Amino acid sequence: MTSAPTRLDLSPRPGSATRPAMLRAQTTMELRLQLRNAEQVLLTMVIPLVLLVLGSQADQIVDLGPGRTIDIITPGILALAVLSTSFTSLAIATGFERRYGIIKRLGASPLPRWGLLFGKIGAVVIIEVAQLAVLSGVGLALGWQPHGGVVAASQMVALLVLGTAAFGSLGLLIAGTLRAEATLAVANLVYVLLLVGGGLLVPLSRYPTAARHVLDLLPSGALGQGLRDTFAGDGPTAFATVVLLVWTVCASLLVSRTFKWE
Amino acid sequence: MRYGDVTAVDGLSLRVARGTVTAILGPNGAGKTTTIETCEGFRTPQSGTVRVLGLDPVAEGHLLRPRVGVMLQSGGAWSGARSHEMLHHIASLHAHPLDVDLLIERLDMGSYGSTPYRRLSGGQQQRLSLAMAIVGRPELLFLDEPTAGLDPAARRSTWELIAELRSSGVTVVLTTHFMDEAEALSDDVHIVDGGRVIASGTPQALASSGSENTVRFTSSPGLDVVDLMSALPHDTKVDEVTPGAYVVAGAVDPQLLATIATWCAAQGVFTESLLVERQTLEDRFLELTGKALR
Repeated sequence: MTSAPTRLDLSPRPGSATRPAMLRAQTTMELRLQLRNAEQVLLTMVIPLVLLVLGSQADQIVDLGPGRTIDIITPGILALAVLSTSFTSLAIATGFERRYGIIKRLGASPLPRWGLLFGKIGAVVIIEVAQLAVLSGVGLALGWQPHGGVVAASQMVALLVLGTAAFGSLGLLIAGTLRAEATLAVANLVYVLLLVGGGLLVPLSRYPTAARHVLDLLPSGALGQGLRDTFAGDGPTAFATVVLLVWTVCASLLVSRTFKWE
Repeated sequence: MRYGDVTAVDGLSLRVARGTVTAILGPNGAGKTTTIETCEGFRTPQSGTVRVLGLDPVAEGHLLRPRVGVMLQSGGAWSGARSHEMLHHIASLHAHPLDVDLLIERLDMGSYGSTPYRRLSGGQQQRLSLAMAIVGRPELLFLDEPTAGLDPAARRSTWELIAELRSSGVTVVLTTHFMDEAEALSDDVHIVDGGRVIASGTPQALASSGSENTVRFTSSPGLDVVDLMSALPHDTKVDEVTPGAYVVAGAVDPQLLATIATWCAAQGVFTESLLVERQTLEDRFLELTGKALR
């Protein structure tokens, strides 16, 4: 039995794949690399999960204010999940893509700039949907009782989208201007600071008044408190929504002006 | 093309014919990569015009990129991506990519297909980078130092691949600081130094366009060198450096050798150890830039 010699036809036959095919390929690739990276999985899945389980017992350590602990902690954990994926994880991954010439390499391929961006957005959204499913599932198993029904669910989706847009733009802002190592440091530092004192997990009413005025204006405070208010059945305040919107618009404008592809 | 106060590429002008291999040769820091990246659309020139396949690489980059293959000097892959995976990914962005498995076999990449990029050796990373450049079946290929860091065998097989690409109708522009590479592969060589093209031509023309070559021969001592000179083209010099050892300096070509032999025959003497010392591209380069490569 003879097999045909492996002759490659190198003659030119250029062309781009279709836009949906490129976008699918790019999103899949981003997603696979994220899931393969242990630190990223730790950041986006394990830490929020551990904090959710520990946090459900938090009333024995800190006073989270009136209401059931699990009902206060679960929306905050969802906000933390958004922060970890759309900000920290996205910033670090993008920073190293710049550093290792991947953005440059892809910039020389038929994949357009928007394809690169939408590939990232696609991967972030898919990871967030998985986070939402797992974390709210575990929250419910731990006794979380979300109020507000369908209205609250749609308010949640709107807040998650806004929060992702705001944090995602901030993440790209850092990744597109700083060196990869600096991006890594800043993204992790901001994550820890906001986790501990950014109004993500602890209701803003439990903070001193002065701190509260600052946290009201931060995307973390707006998202965390917005989600807590939503599942309390009250819906997010208009102020929280506007804060997220303003951060999104400002950060994305800055990204479009400052982002360096290499 | 300036970076701050440093002008990296200045008034550099070159033209590449379709279906040829063009080498941009120069020492480190000569402006090779800046030139090639300007053609790829990564850099916008402060002045001047760049047209690649008739397109503006920046403004019409979206039309140009599908038609062009690019091999970066370094990097260009996710550190956690496996080499097959990376190649498949770039292939999936093209309409009619090469068969990835065949390409892997051709480039002998099979043994490290599932190794993450960060664990590949420098040479393996170079092979992957070359594979990513050609997988989309480009009509124009930019290769930035395609054989840097390769062992001789891998280097040889890269040369064969480039020759095959050329004969398949692909236009290739490559940068190198290897003389033999430019000599072996290219139809045209542009020697770049200090951001300018200082010489252009075919490798042969460039090598012979420089200062005179020499012919050394030994024969009987005391030959009439003035008479020999009169038989040769008038800018040729002949010296008897030591008794019986002669040096002929001038434009060495077969006719010159024949004339020397005929003249000696007419004198009834033998010409022994006739040695032609032709200038190589490397000599020419040293002469032009005053620098050794690397």
